[in-house]
Amino acid sequence: MSTENLFNKVWDLHTVGKLSSGQTQLFVGQHLVHEVTSPQAFAMLRDRGLKVLFPERTLATVDHIIPTDNQVRPFADGMAEEMMLAIETNCDEFGIELLNLGDGRQGIVHVVGPELGLTQPGITLVCGDSHTSTHGAFGAIALGIGTSQVAQVLATQTLAMNRPRVRRIEVSGSLAAGVFAKDVILAIIRRLGVQGGVGFAYEYAGSVFDAMTMEERMTVCNMSIEGGARCGYVNPDQTTVEFLRGRDAVPSGESFERAAAWWLSLASSPDASFDDHVTIDGSMIEPTVTWGIHPGQSVGVGETILGPSEYPVEERAGVTEALEFMGLEAGQGICGQAIDVAFIGSCTNSRLSDLREAAAIARGQKVAAGVRALVVPGSQKVAAQAEEEGLDRIFTEAGFQWRAAGCSMCLAMNPDKLQGREMCASSSNRNFKGRQGSPTGRTLLMSPAMVAAAAIQGRVTDVRQWDTVS
Amino acid sequence: MSTNQITELQGRAIPLLADDIDTDRIIPARFLRCVTFDGLGEHAFEDDRLQDDDHPFNQKCFSGARVLVAGRNFGCGSSREHAPQALSRWGVIAIVAESFAEIFFGNCTALGIPAVTLDRERLEALVGDVERDPAVTVTVDLENNEVRWEQTSAPSRIPSSARSALVSGDWDFLSQLLATGDQVRRAAATLPYMAGFPGS
Repeated sequence: MSTENLFNKVWDLHTVGKLSSGQTQLFVGQHLVHEVTSPQAFAMLRDRGLKVLFPERTLATVDHIIPTDNQVRPFADGMAEEMMLAIETNCDEFGIELLNLGDGRQGIVHVVGPELGLTQPGITLVCGDSHTSTHGAFGAIALGIGTSQVAQVLATQTLAMNRPRVRRIEVSGSLAAGVFAKDVILAIIRRLGVQGGVGFAYEYAGSVFDAMTMEERMTVCNMSIEGGARCGYVNPDQTTVEFLRGRDAVPSGESFERAAAWWLSLASSPDASFDDHVTIDGSMIEPTVTWGIHPGQSVGVGETILGPSEYPVEERAGVTEALEFMGLEAGQGICGQAIDVAFIGSCTNSRLSDLREAAAIARGQKVAAGVRALVVPGSQKVAAQAEEEGLDRIFTEAGFQWRAAGCSMCLAMNPDKLQGREMCASSSNRNFKGRQGSPTGRTLLMSPAMVAAAAIQGRVTDVRQWDTVS
Repeated sequence: MSTNQITELQGRAIPLLADDIDTDRIIPARFLRCVTFDGLGEHAFEDDRLQDDDHPFNQKCFSGARVLVAGRNFGCGSSREHAPQALSRWGVIAIVAESFAEIFFGNCTALGIPAVTLDRERLEALVGDVERDPAVTVTVDLENNEVRWEQTSAPSRIPSSARSALVSGDWDFLSQLLATGDQVRRAAATLPYMAGFPGS
């Protein structure tokens, strides 16, 4: 078998040819579409009289703009309604399947792809959304693209790309109790920086990843883009195969076994070469919380926030700006920081295991007075399973709002938004200024269990000491 | 294709020398509630501008400027093409920065907006000169890989594929990709998940 890494094997397999610019024309195995980045792309097709080349390899859903409370059509927000009508018309006209609100399978695009078994090892997958990197958890090359590229993929099922280099990030040892996949990726970004991944695909490997479930791997791959990487992936193994077995879009019977054998053959061989290599000791990772305005500005929950002078010269202005915006001070710990809002959801952390971890904290507790707390499942299927397990009741009895599937307060293109300078403990992926819908709103990124604990205490709490605290 | 050739662009500059400016800041998500890119220009940096009267995009002296000068990791975060679309509609025709996030860079190239990088030292000199005299004309020269202003000529960088696409006018990748329809179908037919997994 080849001594190549998985990325290069899959890249070569999908190479159609070289373009005059020197870029590779890459075939796309699966295209996922949502309502925000696609209307202009469909308009470009219409302008040029083009069709969708592989409608059967294209699937659409709605997630960003949909309200998570009242979903009666027409939506109260006329613009959101117009966007819904646009994707309905576009999918109908171009012959693309749409997972609409009444479908039962609708949800956040990066939750539904894997859930249906569309995300498979060895494929190339794209979507007009930066968090497409999520799908790399299966050993796929999964790329976020812009709207012009969405049009290109719709019309040609290909895109023009430069081959990135591949950095292997090995997380060794094992995670302590109370430390989750979210903490692993926040720790990786803290170490390598928000720009450290530019020009790279990240291969995540080592004993910590070997032990992770697919949902945990998705959480890590999801935030590859926050580290600047073009994409991230984990090699397929038996965990991957068992996750996919029996899902709607994968073959069944003997054909599944042949698929599984091929998937496993794609994994980077033990002597595969990489352009760069980083090792992190997983046992040293703490529950991690961001204190700033990008996902690299984080600390372990037991640490204090450093002042600008303790950073390299080129980062000081950014640290000063972040501390001022957040209203935090150098020398203070993040533990104990009061919050106003708690948000559990997003393509990073809205899957069943995330909700179970949060519910384990919330069970029998009450959300602190004055805290607004939301749980937003990633898909209608996640919601249904959670309700079957009674997780929704655990949350509502504790005072959390249990919502319908969607992107919700991760990016606030829908009615779920921060107000004013509210401080939000959030299981989402971006703490950018204004990200959660209020220009002055503030975000502390952390794992779903940490968000649940913060909601109940009304302040950031070390989930490792939950039994003592509660 | 010659009308698409982008070799040299000129204009006054607008300095925004901050690092890690994400695309949510360039165009806040609420303005993505739209089905065309029309009208995005007036909302570029809207939330930053509302909180800072001195924001360069608020200053009269920079109105009509066409070359945006930015810092490190410009355009990080969301893949929204609405970000370069908003800048373009505001009037930006070229961006000079210390470095760019990759998806943003690709989106710029797809719109024919050259995004070139300069060393920090030269970038700071450029910003200093522009702040001193906003009337300074800045030239982004792709053929010679240079950014020029006043008496200064600074070497700039841009990935060769983007430079070649812009200079030759072939940055409308859709036309190029469409030209290979038969090859695409042939390539697709060799993929195990399209043609049948091996071992049958």
